[in-house]
Amino acid sequence: MKKITSLLTGVAFAGIAFANAAYATTLEEVQSRGELRCGVDGGVAGFSAPNDAGKMVGIDASVCDAVAAAVFGDASKVTYIPLTAAERFTALTAGEIDMVSRNTTHTLTRDATLGVNFTYYNFIDGQGFMVAKDAGLSSVKDLDGASICVQTGTTTELNMADYFRNGGMDFTPVGYSTSVQTREGLEGGACDALTSDASQLAAIRSETADPNAWTMLPEIISKEPLGPVVRQGDDQWMDIVAWTLYALINAEELGITSANVDAMKADSPNPSVGRIVGSEGETGANLGLSQDWAYNAIKQVGNYGEIYERTVEPLGIPRAGSVNDLWTRGGILYAPPVR
Amino acid sequence: MADSTLKLKKLPDREPPENTIGWIAWIRDNLFSSATNTLTTLIFVYLFYLYIPPFIEWAIINANISGTDRSVCDTNKSGACWTFIKIRLEQLLFGLYFASNPEQTWRPIVAFSVFGMLIIPLVIDKTPHKKWLLIALLTLYPLLFICVVYGGVFGIPVSDTGQWGGLLLTFALSFVGIIVALPLGILLALGRRSEMPIVKMMSVTYIEFWRGTPLITILFMASVMLPLFFPSGVDFDKVVRAMIGITLFQSAYTAEAVRGGLQAIDKGQNEAAMALGMGYWRRTILIVLPQALKISIPSIVNTFIALFKDTSLVSIIGLLDLLKMAQNSSRSLDWNGYDIEGYLFAGFVFWIFCYGMSSYSQKLERKLDTDRRAE
Repeated sequence: MKKITSLLTGVAFAGIAFANAAYATTLEEVQSRGELRCGVDGGVAGFSAPNDAGKMVGIDASVCDAVAAAVFGDASKVTYIPLTAAERFTALTAGEIDMVSRNTTHTLTRDATLGVNFTYYNFIDGQGFMVAKDAGLSSVKDLDGASICVQTGTTTELNMADYFRNGGMDFTPVGYSTSVQTREGLEGGACDALTSDASQLAAIRSETADPNAWTMLPEIISKEPLGPVVRQGDDQWMDIVAWTLYALINAEELGITSANVDAMKADSPNPSVGRIVGSEGETGANLGLSQDWAYNAIKQVGNYGEIYERTVEPLGIPRAGSVNDLWTRGGILYAPPVR
Repeated sequence: MADSTLKLKKLPDREPPENTIGWIAWIRDNLFSSATNTLTTLIFVYLFYLYIPPFIEWAIINANISGTDRSVCDTNKSGACWTFIKIRLEQLLFGLYFASNPEQTWRPIVAFSVFGMLIIPLVIDKTPHKKWLLIALLTLYPLLFICVVYGGVFGIPVSDTGQWGGLLLTFALSFVGIIVALPLGILLALGRRSEMPIVKMMSVTYIEFWRGTPLITILFMASVMLPLFFPSGVDFDKVVRAMIGITLFQSAYTAEAVRGGLQAIDKGQNEAAMALGMGYWRRTILIVLPQALKISIPSIVNTFIALFKDTSLVSIIGLLDLLKMAQNSSRSLDWNGYDIEGYLFAGFVFWIFCYGMSSYSQKLERKLDTDRRAE
């Protein structure tokens, strides 16, 4: 009834409803609300998109799940808020949501001017090119004079122009407003190549009539480190989000999976594992969480490798040896130790 | 002499000439009456031949509807994948909250059913007590909608408005937009024609401001800019913000449609009523408005149909209306690549609603057409 009244007053007074606890920390707010409000895109395959049961799934959505598991011990206590690119930071700074996990590139301008903080990366992307396999191209250098399908108004378009100008090459951009249209353009023969972020290229390829007819060129021409973002000014909350992500990556490095985490907790093979699963040390208390925060995240969501395999791998983005692999296997994912 | 009376007998009507009746004549008269018409007919027949059979083959003959995942569609790519729509139907109609909580799905179903039970008798001519049905639709129904769909009473769990989606959201936004904008629009139209300078000026300013601003800008301001002006901790319901924006925008358009009707009423009507000693409100409500609204039905309904379709713009503020829901559903790993089916489904649902409104308005026009038949 209270909610109803507040909705009605909301309608009456231009939709203003005063949320309580204006001065509470984000953690306290999240805990008293009983759910995590997590901003996602909601329409990017492998990152966040609704599954048949109506739940958001993907590598971005999994970060929300893991944070909810760390805070509540229950990964299902998340409300996913679909956000457009334009709204994501305002929604966060205005307090509508607790964190953004929406394939957001970490850049200096965003970090320094928008009142937000970037934590760590859950996917490291970069701009690439996709061409027909039978065209026999092996490098972006072969694309001199080519026509290239691109989504207009994106940094992708600017990166490409920079790259070609640097290399002294010519190209004709063929602009479209959505990624679906760029795919149709490429398939329809309107251009020789399609450029977008590598993860998008993989998704686009999986949507073509014959995915095997297309191949990606080896060059990656831009850096797009994507990761969860929090509001500036609440260091504890930033730590919670960052360390949840670190814990998932450390868990993979130490071989802790959702399947064996119970056994590891009962009998930790080494102290590093013990500190993550909560049988040793005070890691949870230092963050303001329970002792089994990381255990819950790993148990309910899986370690980073499991999440990747479940969400991004099916798009056709292999991980072995890529930047998104662990530093021990040739990648650059390097999480500080939980201790 | 009786015998010699000339008996005038009506001869039976003769059949019309052979070449002016039957389908051959119809075709000749309507499709091949001149060289230009013949050419147009042939071009269209060719276009139909080019596009209709492949479409029917894709959408019906070769289509997939069985199964529960994409494997059926992936093995038969020559037909549409209606399996996708079948599996995602609840999401497309009710949004993610009601799709992910199957035990709550009854709530939007009840809301839509009650709406159907109220609206169907209302459009049938012979129904008695229509006035009460209409009053119920305008007052009790919104309350019922909030109680059942939003929840929070009688132990019904609250469904966050931000989690509404699909047809449910499209419906909620346009329902509010239509029923609030109509009275507001009538008042504004009267205000604009008022002789009181302040009222007139305010109405003109309001109408011209909202009409001169694109809806997309209004929604964007409501969603992205407004929160910046409020202290942090002031929570704003995004759907309510969108509803307010749409209603303010829509009332300006409705006002202009109504004003068009008011302009067409002869001054004599008003003067005659004045001569009978009627005050402003009695003149307006009893004499002017009934005639003006009758004239402006087509343009009012036109703005309503436009509004119903415009609600899909809320996708730019991250609300998953029917169209955006179809788009996002087809972006999931389970179904990516089947976006055309999603768009077709959304288009079809939009068409049902818009065509319904349009045919009802035509019916209403014919029914109310007591004079000035323009043919």
